[in-house]
Amino acid sequence: MIRDITIGQFYPVDSLVHKMDARAKLALTMMYIITLFFIKSFVGYGFVLLVLCAIIKLSHVPLKFMLKGIRSIMVIIVFTALINLFLTKGEHVLWEFGILHLTIEGIVLATQMCVRLVMLIMGSSVLTLTTTPIQLTDAIEALLRPLKKIGVPAHEIAMMMTIALRFIPTLLDETDKIMKAQQARGADFETGNLMQRAKSLIPILVPLFISAFRRAEELANAMEARCYHGDENRTRMNQMHMKQMDWIAVCLCVIYTGVIVALRFLPVV
Amino acid sequence: MSIQINHLTHIYNPDTAFQKVALDDVTLEITRGEFLGLIGHTGSGKSTLIQHLNGTISPTKGEILLDGENIHQNKLKTKEVRRKIGLAFQYPEYQLFEITVYQDVAFGPTNLGLSKEEIHENVVSALEMVGIGTELYEKSPFALSGGQKRRVAIAGVLAMNPEILILDEPTAGLDPKGRDEILAAIKNLHKERGLTVILVSHSMEDVAKLVDRIVVMHSGQIAMSGTPKEVFSHVEELEQMGLAAPQVSYVCKELRRKGYAIPEDVYTVSELKEMLLQMLQEKGVSQ
Repeated sequence: MIRDITIGQFYPVDSLVHKMDARAKLALTMMYIITLFFIKSFVGYGFVLLVLCAIIKLSHVPLKFMLKGIRSIMVIIVFTALINLFLTKGEHVLWEFGILHLTIEGIVLATQMCVRLVMLIMGSSVLTLTTTPIQLTDAIEALLRPLKKIGVPAHEIAMMMTIALRFIPTLLDETDKIMKAQQARGADFETGNLMQRAKSLIPILVPLFISAFRRAEELANAMEARCYHGDENRTRMNQMHMKQMDWIAVCLCVIYTGVIVALRFLPVV
Repeated sequence: MSIQINHLTHIYNPDTAFQKVALDDVTLEITRGEFLGLIGHTGSGKSTLIQHLNGTISPTKGEILLDGENIHQNKLKTKEVRRKIGLAFQYPEYQLFEITVYQDVAFGPTNLGLSKEEIHENVVSALEMVGIGTELYEKSPFALSGGQKRRVAIAGVLAMNPEILILDEPTAGLDPKGRDEILAAIKNLHKERGLTVILVSHSMEDVAKLVDRIVVMHSGQIAMSGTPKEVFSHVEELEQMGLAAPQVSYVCKELRRKGYAIPEDVYTVSELKEMLLQMLQEKGVSQ
């Protein structure tokens, strides 16, 4: 159950998407997210869905694995849907009760919001599933580098993110282990009212925090023992290179953005 | 009472790139009062196997019967099984969370819904069994030494009064003193309480000294099963699996090579000592 969270988990297969330059992938994903918020019509969503499916197909990551990521944010999606569904004001009222009202506009908006959220998560999952956390943070650092001139600590931010991402699976495994250990001592996380359930989290959270702090200290010591001192004069083992494939991807992304903008402003659709 | 494991197979992350067959058609019977040693290289499936026994994970195929009843049949049964079969995970001290040692050990029995008196009784006897004195009851478990922490954590499992105790690498990462304390406590539990104990370890010395029967796991399967004497006589096979016989066996082997008549089944330091002293006496060398 807890292992179903796929954020920050790399899926090791060989594909065109995996081979792409991480910087290009990151920039393209950001572009993708921006365009998602630019769309108004269902035709637009249809187009994005088509593109997304094509990319997922190219990435060779099983669809089942991507959908797992959505399951973990299902609560947020349902919550957003309900709020939009019942609190949107509109002309075509179907049903009303106190402050709650169901309108056609509400239904449209709720659907759009859900579709948007699902696509957002799926799109970013493609990035994290096909890019190792190290590549990803290297890309973030590279893209942030111009901002260094105005005092943004690009390297430090990237290093913090590398560490954070690196420890997500570790801490998940740890949580899993602690849960099993407490279950072996008769702990029950599945039944009881809200209060009891919240209380039943203490035996998990306390050991988890302790182990997180222990790991942080060990890591800090290990880094210091290797004379880590930040950005200055650091060279990289893996240099990033934009290849022909990456430029093609960028061109495709420009065309894609063009189509999205056209769909928004052309009156035909 | 016995545990019967029938054709148990477990596959992690089936149908994905992370797919891994951890257990492959394992069949094993564990009888009451037995002291069983489970050894195997890292990734051989030991931990997966024992987690099945306590119902924390479910089999992909196969079944586990406790006294003839399937332990995974429903949630209620699994809960009952968790009480009967106590499982102390690897590095159990990482599960400590309460403010005092006493409260932490009381966590298990409290979850069982026992009365205050019963809880007190269980906690005191569990802590006594692992050799933690009353002066530590009100201390924070995080203020203890590594070996003490581990013993408190094991007491947390014992306080539920299990009939079968499973320990996953109970001595990993401890200093020799801590290790001896833990092993002495475990030995005591088996002898005086008559508990069925399953000891998972890759320390051949520990296993050789304590257990009645050894089960060797390799690549998710049972590779060997028998008394320590039987298992340790297959040194070459053990080595092929990335394991080793106890160090004493190597001394014996070398002595045999030099022409001394040391039998094949000597595998603890004390046995070899007796043997050598006897041989010296026979040769007329006085101590």
